[in-house]
Amino acid sequence: MTISKLQDRLLEEVVIFENREARKTGAQSLAPDHSPSRGARSKPLPARAAGVDGEAASLQRRVEQFLYYQSELLDQKQWAAYIELFTADGVYWMPVTPEQTEWLDSPSIFAEDRRLMEIRMGRVQHPNAWSQAPEWGTSHIVSNVVIESADELSVVIRSRFQMMELRRDQIRHFAGTYRHTLLRAGEDFKITLQRVDLLNGQAPFDYVLQVWV
Amino acid sequence: MQPLERLVEPDRVHKSVYTDQEIFDREMDQIWHKIWVYCGHETQLPKNGDYVTVQIGRQPMIMVRGMDGQIRVLYNRCPHRGVQLCGNRQGHTGSTFVCSYHAWTFHLDGKVKGIPLPHGYDGTRMSPDNPDCSMKAAARVDSYRGFVFASLAAQGPSLLEFLGEARIAFDDMCDRSPEGAVDIVPVCHRVIQQSNWKFFMENQLDALHPSVTHQSTGVSAGRVERSLKESGEAPPLYYHYLSTFASAFEQWDSVQTVNFPRGHGILKGYMGLRPDDPDTKEYVESMYEAYGEKQAEAFLGRSIHHVLVYPYLSVQSPLQQLRVLRPLSPNRTLSEIWHFRLRGVSPAIYRRALWYFNLVNSPATMVNADDLENWTKGQWGLESDGGDWVSFHRNFGGDTREGDIVYSNKGTSEAVMRSQFDAWTRYMR
Repeated sequence: MTISKLQDRLLEEVVIFENREARKTGAQSLAPDHSPSRGARSKPLPARAAGVDGEAASLQRRVEQFLYYQSELLDQKQWAAYIELFTADGVYWMPVTPEQTEWLDSPSIFAEDRRLMEIRMGRVQHPNAWSQAPEWGTSHIVSNVVIESADELSVVIRSRFQMMELRRDQIRHFAGTYRHTLLRAGEDFKITLQRVDLLNGQAPFDYVLQVWV
Repeated sequence: MQPLERLVEPDRVHKSVYTDQEIFDREMDQIWHKIWVYCGHETQLPKNGDYVTVQIGRQPMIMVRGMDGQIRVLYNRCPHRGVQLCGNRQGHTGSTFVCSYHAWTFHLDGKVKGIPLPHGYDGTRMSPDNPDCSMKAAARVDSYRGFVFASLAAQGPSLLEFLGEARIAFDDMCDRSPEGAVDIVPVCHRVIQQSNWKFFMENQLDALHPSVTHQSTGVSAGRVERSLKESGEAPPLYYHYLSTFASAFEQWDSVQTVNFPRGHGILKGYMGLRPDDPDTKEYVESMYEAYGEKQAEAFLGRSIHHVLVYPYLSVQSPLQQLRVLRPLSPNRTLSEIWHFRLRGVSPAIYRRALWYFNLVNSPATMVNADDLENWTKGQWGLESDGGDWVSFHRNFGGDTREGDIVYSNKGTSEAVMRSQFDAWTRYMR
């Protein structure tokens, strides 16, 4: 076969039975909508840190310490102290998808005010909470802390977490984003809303989540 | 595999029906690959070209709305070299399926549309008019009140015959809407159970377990509920969903199960979803308007807690929730958890069902955490040599049979399990 003949052969178009005249064929002929478009493509870029020097640096250190303390309470199973970090009307929210914007009219994995958190705490502390019998524990790492905005009353921070859980002989990994809306309380903070976007929230859960992540 | 009559006796079953791979394989062939399996709801596919992927027994399937608006169920497999055509759980495929390997394309009814360089098949058996060039379809597809089912067997009972009396699950769900229909909430929670699928089906109508298994949640919710009442606040209805789990044994024994042929069944019990508030009043009025007072009251007053469509569906119709089992192996079962919105009701009415979905059925459930623990330990117990039999003796001989329906008389009777194994034996024969 001559080179030019080979080239012709390689350039030969795919032919569809229905329309042999068509130029664009095969996968090229398909409408671009055969894969699910995930909306994520047009998402805005993540917010940058509101500031990094001077007062902002000291605020940064304080919110980081707050997050470390909160995750330590979880890992040490200090549920009552954990709930105390929330304001009286504070909410712990884990939506099902990152696109979700509210928890009143669409399903959530968690959508708990302090009373529901108390029910959950009461459950896991009950001597007959059978699922609590096997030894289990978690270890959280919180990082990538960014202050998205801050004023005299409140601070909005974004961070990432990694959690390893051991339950009986099984290890599970969870990871994702925290978005805390904090109310300033002197030098300290209270959580008015903690949004938790679990990266593997839509994956099958091998067993369930018994407490907050 | 031992002969069936040595595995299933009227009041007990051999442990191997929960643990044996050969029995599991036979269940796939004799049950899942023959019966009507729930694929999804019509409202999951609003546009032509929308699809979802679904597992029927061992078969990966696609449920798709064709360009003619009709819903079909096809094997998710390219007839060329076997590659799956849809790699996502859901999406929109336009008017064509395309194989990512060699660009074979298919119409949404599965018929081949195009093959690259088709002359390559000249003189071979794979000419485009050969049905082997097209995607294979499920033998039968049918729907009931918007719920789509498929059967991989060309012969057998129709969908309505298969559902039998258990069709009340879908009637009860839809009849609670003044428009007589529901829309699916396109969120599916998936939880893997480390146990045989039968544990779930038996547990759903097992009225003895809640006050034991769910005591911790019931007690804790009851405490918060009481403290709210004491301080003069009205606790939300959904606290009561949880505190009810700690009801006394006697209370659970006073309900009744109704067991139908093919293993289907109902746990009766009125869920008390009519508190005295303006939202409920408005809702009841809209029901009166749609159906007339008498019919509306009949719809709203149905005594149903759960309906089981054996061997894989548990429908909590008063709260529009549905769980589907997809068995993976003798000791692993995937459950899909869905819920639905009543069409034409206010957000306040939807919220009741939503809170139940969040608290009981989400992956952060305060209820199933303890069920799953039981079933895991149950599976391990049955895999041991500590005994050969699983007992279903409770109230054996105390049920009432009317025609082919068995009434348990006692809520905690193990009539449910006996009825399920009766159906199981018929399928497995």
